[in-house]
Amino acid sequence: MEALLSNVDWPEIGIASWDTLVMVGMSLLFSVLAGLPIGVLLFLTSKRQLLDQPLAYGVLSFVVNVLRSVPFIILLIVMIPFTVMLIGTSLGVAGAIPPLVAGGAPFFARLVETSLREVDRGIIEATQAMGANVRQIIFGALLPEALPGIIAGITVTAITLVSYAAMSGVIGGGGLGDLAIRFGYQRFQTDVMVITVALLVIFVQVLQMAGDRLVLYFSRK
Amino acid sequence: MIVFNQVQKSYQVDGRAIPALHPTDMTIETGEVFGIVGHSGAGKSTLVRLINLLEPPTGGDIVIDGENITRYSAAELRAFRRNVGMIFQHFNLLSSKTVSDNIAFPMKLAGIYSKTEIRSRVQELLDRVGLADHATKYPSQLSGGQKQRVGIARALACRPTILLCDEATSALDPQTTQSVLRLLSEINKELGLTIVLITHEMDVVRRVCDRVAVMDAGRVVEMGAVSDVFLHPKHPTTRDFVFESESIDSQERQEDLQKASGRILRLTFKGESTYQPLLGSVARASGVDFSILSGRIDHIKDTPYGQLTLSLVGGDLESAMTALEAADVHVEVLR
Repeated sequence: MEALLSNVDWPEIGIASWDTLVMVGMSLLFSVLAGLPIGVLLFLTSKRQLLDQPLAYGVLSFVVNVLRSVPFIILLIVMIPFTVMLIGTSLGVAGAIPPLVAGGAPFFARLVETSLREVDRGIIEATQAMGANVRQIIFGALLPEALPGIIAGITVTAITLVSYAAMSGVIGGGGLGDLAIRFGYQRFQTDVMVITVALLVIFVQVLQMAGDRLVLYFSRK
Repeated sequence: MIVFNQVQKSYQVDGRAIPALHPTDMTIETGEVFGIVGHSGAGKSTLVRLINLLEPPTGGDIVIDGENITRYSAAELRAFRRNVGMIFQHFNLLSSKTVSDNIAFPMKLAGIYSKTEIRSRVQELLDRVGLADHATKYPSQLSGGQKQRVGIARALACRPTILLCDEATSALDPQTTQSVLRLLSEINKELGLTIVLITHEMDVVRRVCDRVAVMDAGRVVEMGAVSDVFLHPKHPTTRDFVFESESIDSQERQEDLQKASGRILRLTFKGESTYQPLLGSVARASGVDFSILSGRIDHIKDTPYGQLTLSLVGGDLESAMTALEAADVHVEVLR
């Protein structure tokens, strides 16, 4: 066992795992906080929906598409000046969070938009017929009805952020990805690579299972 | 009272205006059950949605209890909508809320009721629609009929004066349809609520409506008391609906008539005359022989009626017809 995993520095792995957790957790939090209102706006301004604002929808949709079409590895590099401006450094765990949010938020916004579209139009109509205003329709009917879909969206976003966070090792972002690149790839320490990948797999499995449980709990259909 | 004054609605499709409702005049009296019947695409859905302005009209005025609702501001419109309950074909209940919370929802949205008021009103409504045991269930755990009862309770929560029913029984089986219609009739009588219901089933109209409008291709083609429209349909669309509800197709009817000999009369009995042994006595007195080609006895809302198609041979036809008409029977000569 010792010989097989001779290069593995367990305390280092522990720190890297924690860093990954922090990066994913923080960037997921901000992605949801930013992506949810964007997703709701995308839905409301789209054609034949409550606000029906083609221009606003066009602009918002374009920005979201641009952010989503840039490969994350490029986004990481493009974001460096903004990240430095925002938090003073582009390195480490903190430096990785802004590009992760820039990648995660538009992704999550689209998932929110899709899950809102799944809500039966009749429910919106019924709520309107009760004399609800737009704010009441969003918070009273749309979001509660779309909750299982939104939770599924958070799960998918979290998992995407795990792989993005691993990529951020390329620009010195820290975490398991950083470890895998510096030791597993650049120093040919296959055992380190295997361990980090295994940890990432476990991490993703746990996230998916937790997400599925929550979706089931909130599904009333 | 709901008054439509040259109300029209058209949709913009690819820059062209497609009419959904041609200019229409219509009056719905307070406290009546008004049916709107038509095939899908006839414009009845649009018509009912004009009453609470879910669809704004492209022309004309809608005046409800003396107020022109087409001139309402957004806030006035929201307040007005609390006065108009609506139930739907697919119930449109919130799947994320329990039965109780669904019924409480419009009251919470209104923001003018206290928690205790909401709780007692919900309990009262649950009892009224017979769902007191299901208060904490979710809609997915209910049958179609139960869901529609929740829909009705929800629509009544803010004590509206008008109830709109959009194909409210079309997704239900015949028995459940009956019980939901009975409930609608009851609340109409108890609360004096004006009910406007749209349907494609003439049977629904016959059971609960006082008056009916028949729609075809965006126009109201016939309107009047249900017994008049049902027993003496004038427009071809109305006739189709009436025959459909009797499951007689008009082709069959024609063939039957051709095989019969003598004069053919259609007699319509309404109210008490339905139960009188009239035919026999008239036949004896006038010496006319008759055979029954088709017939039915049924109810329009609470009024019994009978309709018989007879072929008559020999005797004094004139005096037979006079005697029948004297007994309040409507006589039509078909041949």
